Amino acid sequence: MDNLRKKAKELLESKSVDLVIGYENGTNGKARAVFIKDPEKTGKLIYDERCKQNLAVYLNKHEVKHYGRIAIVAPLMVMRSILVLISECQVKQENITVLGIGNDGSFLDFQSMEVVEKYISKIPLGNPEPDQVIIDKLNAMTMEERREFWQNELERCFKCYACRAACPMCYCLRCTVECNQPQWISAPAHPLGNLEWHQLRTMHLTGRCVSCGDCGRACPLNIPIHLLTMQQAEEAFHMFGVRAGTSMKADSALSTYKPDDKENFIL
Amino acid sequence: MIPEKKIIDRVALDKLYESLKAAGNKMFAPVFRNEQTNFEYNPAATEISYSHIQTTQSVKNTVFPKIENLFRFESSQKSVELVQIDFTKVPRVIVWNAHPCDAAAFSALDSVFNWDYVDEIYNARREKLVVIGMSCIRADENCFCTSVDLGPGAVKGSDILLTPLANGKFIAEILTDLGKSIADENASLFTASNGENKEEVLAKVEKQFSHEKVTENLKNGFENSFWHEFSLRCIGCGACAYVCPICTCFDIQDESKAGKGRRLRCWDSCGFGMFTLHTSGHNPREVQSQRWRQRLMHKFSYQPDRNEFIGCVGCGRCSRACPVDMNILEQLVELEKLEIAAK
Repeated sequence: MDNLRKKAKELLESKSVDLVIGYENGTNGKARAVFIKDPEKTGKLIYDERCKQNLAVYLNKHEVKHYGRIAIVAPLMVMRSILVLISECQVKQENITVLGIGNDGSFLDFQSMEVVEKYISKIPLGNPEPDQVIIDKLNAMTMEERREFWQNELERCFKCYACRAACPMCYCLRCTVECNQPQWISAPAHPLGNLEWHQLRTMHLTGRCVSCGDCGRACPLNIPIHLLTMQQAEEAFHMFGVRAGTSMKADSALSTYKPDDKENFIL
Repeated sequence: MIPEKKIIDRVALDKLYESLKAAGNKMFAPVFRNEQTNFEYNPAATEISYSHIQTTQSVKNTVFPKIENLFRFESSQKSVELVQIDFTKVPRVIVWNAHPCDAAAFSALDSVFNWDYVDEIYNARREKLVVIGMSCIRADENCFCTSVDLGPGAVKGSDILLTPLANGKFIAEILTDLGKSIADENASLFTASNGENKEEVLAKVEKQFSHEKVTENLKNGFENSFWHEFSLRCIGCGACAYVCPICTCFDIQDESKAGKGRRLRCWDSCGFGMFTLHTSGHNPREVQSQRWRQRLMHKFSYQPDRNEFIGCVGCGRCSRACPVDMNILEQLVELEKLEIAAK
């Protein structure tokens, strides 16, 4: 923790960055995002098991982007999200300094984004174990059982779009659900509209989701929507051998054509 | 009417619930499901939660559902025919076991939906609504009803207000003619009060700020830099607005197929970037700090000014639902402390 605070302070003092995004103690025992410009305030930074929010979501936020060069406290999911955002030209590599956090919570002082790529390449990636257990259970169901499960879960969605707002990869200025000329999917939060919305979001994130689970954590109604995009992350890996957020180069499964792509999904 | 006080025990309370349900009323009562408590229509008496501090969602959807059918239409090449919905057929709904904050919120909704345009469907639902309230004997760190002129035993908005006593019985305050008619029809379930005092059992909710001072600071602080500071963390979802018992923003959607369709009123939120986006491309609330400011301004400045109520009942739902810890109580306390020169 001290190393993290020290590094953040140095970066701000030397004016190498304009803003540090990290975690601080929030209200009622929660941890939350903090935005630090003053080197003297870096003592607020914390990192522990409560720090689950994917802070990469702020890199595309207008007011945050406006600051310029940003250092960001980044456990694995945040690092991977940053690589996706760089590969999709949403943030500039030179504007981001990664204040890495290892799996054991220790501070990792990365000198460049290439080192971040190398670090990630050595870590076995996949969905968090507890989520994968539920996904396996769902996959073992019949299609009818699975449909019933999801209809029951999605029925109560009221379309507050916390899932979309929490996701670093949901950065479209105008989301498909808000296009009405033509209206691609139903906007109202009725069962069909909800099913369409979550299916659309899942497809749009296939091969881009880093399995951080923030969409599900953000849902005020405890709908486990993160299982949908996590399932697709595995699917994309099995079909195309690509995991999101492992490289700064654009290599997204559904938007990159390769002559040797497997085509065994075509019926 | 002059309020009356009676006593009802738990067995009789369940009987009262079942009898109201059997009489054809649509009961709306809290149930614990999916790791949270929410109001549901017509649960069994045994399913009802009496132990929760707060439900995740409010009870506003009884009068302002997340989707409301306004009318149907059929269009041909030459004309459009409107088919009105018979609003008189909406069912009688009894909100069962709502906390005083939720009960009080209905008067704010009444004011909004009758402010200039008198909203027919809202009023049709509201006229059929009965509120059986339940005083709070427990509160948590997100509750701040006493800072907005309410309290854990406030009677405002309830037709009958129940207060659970230590002996397992409930004080029943019969507050309106509607409440009295229910109590009279089920008179055998109630016993006479023996001077029980609800103040002894009510949750202790300390007053945390002066809403008058917050309003004053808001009036002078429109351009203040704290909006930017306060809202950097906000990710711009609608969770706070959707769980709020008073937020009433809506969007109109038409759904049609081959010329036949319906017009729907759906929940919306001033926190969304699209909410004020003009067709020209101009957006008067371009960034999230302006949208967050709007949320607090509306509740603590515009509504007190125009509608003479505070647009917040201190239920704390928005703080609990927020995925990024935008805690409204923390911000209101900070707002109160700010020294802003009057304009």
